[in-house]
Amino acid sequence: MSANGHFVSLQGVTKRFGDLEVLHGIDLDVAEHNVVCLIGASGSGKSTLLRCINLLEQVEAGTIVVDGQTITGTKVDVNRLRQKIGIVFQAYNLFPHMTVLQNVTLAPRKALGISRDKAEAHARALLRQIGLEEKADEFPDRLSGGQQQRVAIVRALATGPKLMLLDEITSALDPQLIGEVLELVRELADSGMTMIVATHEMSFAREVASKVCFLDAGVIREEGTPEQIFSSPREERTREFLARVLEAGRL
Amino acid sequence: MGQFLHEFFSPLDFIRSTPQVWDGFKLNIQLMLVAEALVLVLALLLAIVRGLPGRAAVPLRAAAIVYTDFFRGTPLILVLLLVQGFAQLNYVGLSSQTLFRTGLIALTLVYTAYVTEVYRAGIESVHPSQRMAARSLGLSYMQAMRYVVLPQAIRRVIPPLLNDFIGLQKDTALVTIIGLTEAVAQAGFYSSNYLNDTAYMVAAIFFIFLTIPLARFTDYIIKERERRERAQAV
Repeated sequence: MSANGHFVSLQGVTKRFGDLEVLHGIDLDVAEHNVVCLIGASGSGKSTLLRCINLLEQVEAGTIVVDGQTITGTKVDVNRLRQKIGIVFQAYNLFPHMTVLQNVTLAPRKALGISRDKAEAHARALLRQIGLEEKADEFPDRLSGGQQQRVAIVRALATGPKLMLLDEITSALDPQLIGEVLELVRELADSGMTMIVATHEMSFAREVASKVCFLDAGVIREEGTPEQIFSSPREERTREFLARVLEAGRL
Repeated sequence: MGQFLHEFFSPLDFIRSTPQVWDGFKLNIQLMLVAEALVLVLALLLAIVRGLPGRAAVPLRAAAIVYTDFFRGTPLILVLLLVQGFAQLNYVGLSSQTLFRTGLIALTLVYTAYVTEVYRAGIESVHPSQRMAARSLGLSYMQAMRYVVLPQAIRRVIPPLLNDFIGLQKDTALVTIIGLTEAVAQAGFYSSNYLNDTAYMVAAIFFIFLTIPLARFTDYIIKERERRERAQAV
């Protein structure tokens, strides 16, 4: 817990890619056991924001505090930090040359130094929970997209993170496979995992989010409870965005 | 026609020269085996150095680039002469041991430069998201390299790598220029003693028999991979 009682706290976070400023002074607080959903059009900075939080991207200005530790300063052990923060990507990014079990046990064994037997037992238990234990010795190519993404989530959970970052994890999936992945995320939320979720699934955001943030051109244009954002958005831009989403859903 | 056959395919000279050429060819095999082992390791290290991130690694990266540019651009025969000159400069004498080392160093220097580029192409062919996923799990740069990037990269470059090794095997013949009596040199001795070129054909046959298994193995690996990738696409 940081001084202000938040598990994750961002202040004035600014990120530039060359001349392009992707994030302009983002402030965001996430309390422990809460789920914050980031919504917004593609290119609004959602993915970049998530990547800054586990230091896959360096911020130009601002501070990020995670679990009481300022991670934007110098002398940060990024490897140690990333073991506490799991991230799951849109394209799964499983390691194709490794079996499911090897994918899940790699970080516990090599980054945490856990013995092979222990790591595998833990991985199998996690896979059993999501009903994929019989796929443990398969290569990722043999799995459906939904199964691959669930393995990616389990892989991120295997190091025992206290925070999960989900980056549009259902965007690459066929519609009929989205459900199984969201179900797993729902269970994670119910178990009290702190999460920041970039998503285009508005009904899902409405259901699991403690707070919804609407990102627009690198700033948080509006934030509030799901009820407030989806039912009575204050900002014109939020209304426009939600109207577009609604329209796309109808088509 | 008879004269041609006698000059290159005389049965008597074939039988008589084979042991002598074989004697020299053992040296080619030794050179090839030791050089290939060294090249595999050194080129991998160099390829990793060339890919190191950050400003601190600039001198290392630059050194690796200069190295590959120089030894890829210089003919092997020149490198052999230069290494020999360097050895003589240090008064290490001209024992066959020294000559062997000279040839080995020259072959290794040149082929390390080639193979570094092969490895590098393989490393760059692995999508950055793979490295990112590995780092995001808390693995260090070198761990991500070792467990995630290199296994995928090396698998992809095995065919071009074996191709370079076929080149290396044949180029072991060039060490004859610094006075190592390998297969071609032995064939030359025979040829001038008996005024018959059949010994050269014997040497050629040895080289061909050495490269054919490697060439077929390369074909097999390429086919096998195509088969697997097609299976995945279905």
